[in-house]
Amino acid sequence: MNKEVLIRLNGISKSFDGEPVLDNLSLEIHDKEFITLLGPSGCGKTTTLRIIGGFETPDAGDVFFDGKRINDLPPYQRQVNTVFQRYALFPHLNVFDNIAFGLRIHKRPDAEIKTKVKEMLALVNLKGFERRRVSTLSGGQQQRVAIARALVNQPKVLLLDEPLSALDLKLRKDMQNELKNIQHQTGITFIYVTHDQEEALSMSDTVVVMENGRIQQIGTPTDIYNEPVNAFVADFIGESNIVDGMMLEDYRVKFSGHVFDCVDGGFAKNELVDVVVRPEDVDVVAPDKGMLKGLVTGVTFKGVHYEIIVDVAGFKWMIQTTDFVAEGETIGLSIDPDAIHIMKKSEFSGMFGDYSSFSDELEKLSDVTEELEEE
Amino acid sequence: MKKRSVFERMAAAPHLLWSAIFIIAPLLFVVYFAFTDRNGSFTLENILSLSSYSHTFVMSLGFSLIATTVCFLIGYPLAYCMARMSERARNILMVLLMLPMWISLLIRTYSLMALLDNGGLVSAFLTSLGGKKLTFIGTDAAVILGMIYDFLPYMVLPIYTTMTKLDKRYLEAASDLGCNNRQTLFHVILPLSMPGVISGVTMVFVPSISTFYISQKLGGGSFDLIGDTIERQFKNAVTYHTGAAISLVMMILILISLAVMNKFSDSGEDIIV
Repeated sequence: MNKEVLIRLNGISKSFDGEPVLDNLSLEIHDKEFITLLGPSGCGKTTTLRIIGGFETPDAGDVFFDGKRINDLPPYQRQVNTVFQRYALFPHLNVFDNIAFGLRIHKRPDAEIKTKVKEMLALVNLKGFERRRVSTLSGGQQQRVAIARALVNQPKVLLLDEPLSALDLKLRKDMQNELKNIQHQTGITFIYVTHDQEEALSMSDTVVVMENGRIQQIGTPTDIYNEPVNAFVADFIGESNIVDGMMLEDYRVKFSGHVFDCVDGGFAKNELVDVVVRPEDVDVVAPDKGMLKGLVTGVTFKGVHYEIIVDVAGFKWMIQTTDFVAEGETIGLSIDPDAIHIMKKSEFSGMFGDYSSFSDELEKLSDVTEELEEE
Repeated sequence: MKKRSVFERMAAAPHLLWSAIFIIAPLLFVVYFAFTDRNGSFTLENILSLSSYSHTFVMSLGFSLIATTVCFLIGYPLAYCMARMSERARNILMVLLMLPMWISLLIRTYSLMALLDNGGLVSAFLTSLGGKKLTFIGTDAAVILGMIYDFLPYMVLPIYTTMTKLDKRYLEAASDLGCNNRQTLFHVILPLSMPGVISGVTMVFVPSISTFYISQKLGGGSFDLIGDTIERQFKNAVTYHTGAAISLVMMILILISLAVMNKFSDSGEDIIV
């Protein structure tokens, strides 16, 4: 990847009606990078994107593009195009005219417009749709038109604001692949905003996890997943059991009443820490062979595996296993040293990682209502 | 389900009755009178005799087109600005705009007459500057001014409504794709506010072309617009039939122009007339 910095955000703060949304945020975005701003609704990711697009002005801090400060540059003078959350296709124009809009504004010759729009329609798999009204298109098709309308202007950077959130799951997966391909083919920097961690992990070169208007962690998807810096990131990215622990010495940690070997060091003696164990990294063994012993309180079939909830001395663990265990059974749990990830205590300690009131459906439902309120 | 539909029919009943008595029946009478003579027998003479009024038709059309155009040129920018103002400022402007509409149209026209008349305020002002005494009553300009003055709010309101309902994301998208403010206006706002423009144009054009009191009061009696002609025919029991014929033709002309406008708007959205 080209490591040249294209966009630099420097100490950005922004509040709406006295409500702080971004708090001293700094971020570097490299040329040709696929970078994702990931976080729950209200974390400031969309505001960050809108500041880069020029739709919001930061209260404090600077935005640099290619080394030039662009705080006061209006959107139409920026080499950036946006794919809006619900596309914002012009209802009075057909597909061709929507895509040609930017080129016409820039007074490109007709012949060039024709070829470029054709190219774009081919790129987004919409050949033959030129004359269609946008209101007659399905969500997925509108989405492609929105991408084509932005890309045809050959921006240096494409901003995508939750572009797939209105699509159903199957279509979303297809579009994820397509977007990734388009990014490879065009070599344009993509800045992608989403609250869907899976989307972020599967598409991005770099993931920026945000919460409370601040960046919690920046890294590659594998870094973020394997080495979360705090309980928020560990919980938001994938499933995590997060338990209180004590670092006895380097590579020795005590939690749930048992001393484990681990691979992390560099903590003070007897420092209190958060311990993360991913559900897929716990092995189910016979009760007498395990390091921990627990009672199975819930079993959910997920297709590839079972998701079981295990009560270990009052703390509910989530474990994914391919072996069937019955509810009410007592089982042993075994954890390898490299499956244990140690984190410093943070403002998020104790807030996440316990599955005692866990419900997949409820979590999804609350996500939806939050989304609606935001609009 | 069935109960609901019965209720719905009941709910529409008063209006249906109203329409039947006060809209449908009179229309049928107009058609009947237009095609009959004094003895009640069928004739095309009323319609054929209308060619002598062609000059009046053309003049009325011209006057109302000018008034409508000026209303649009004043009203559109006003609505555009109002939609962009703070809540407070736009409410104040809205009241200012609505205020004259709370006063009878006739009284407003009389007050305009007082302003423009010989020795009226405008004339007095010009005289004080050293000009000679003059009156504006009876000029084309006075009649057109009256139309604009009376009907301008009807142009502004529907345009303003579509403007405020315009989704801001379209404006952001336009800006994102390279439009400065002027380009956004012409390429996005104007086409998207067409339904409001069509309503506004209709609401100014139709009363302008059929008005008679504006031309009577401000035209100083020397004006004969189509509305005046119709009024005169109906004041006289003998010429009912000619009046009905003129009304019918004008109604058809208005319907045709509305249909043309709806087609022209081509926005696929329903237009509130």
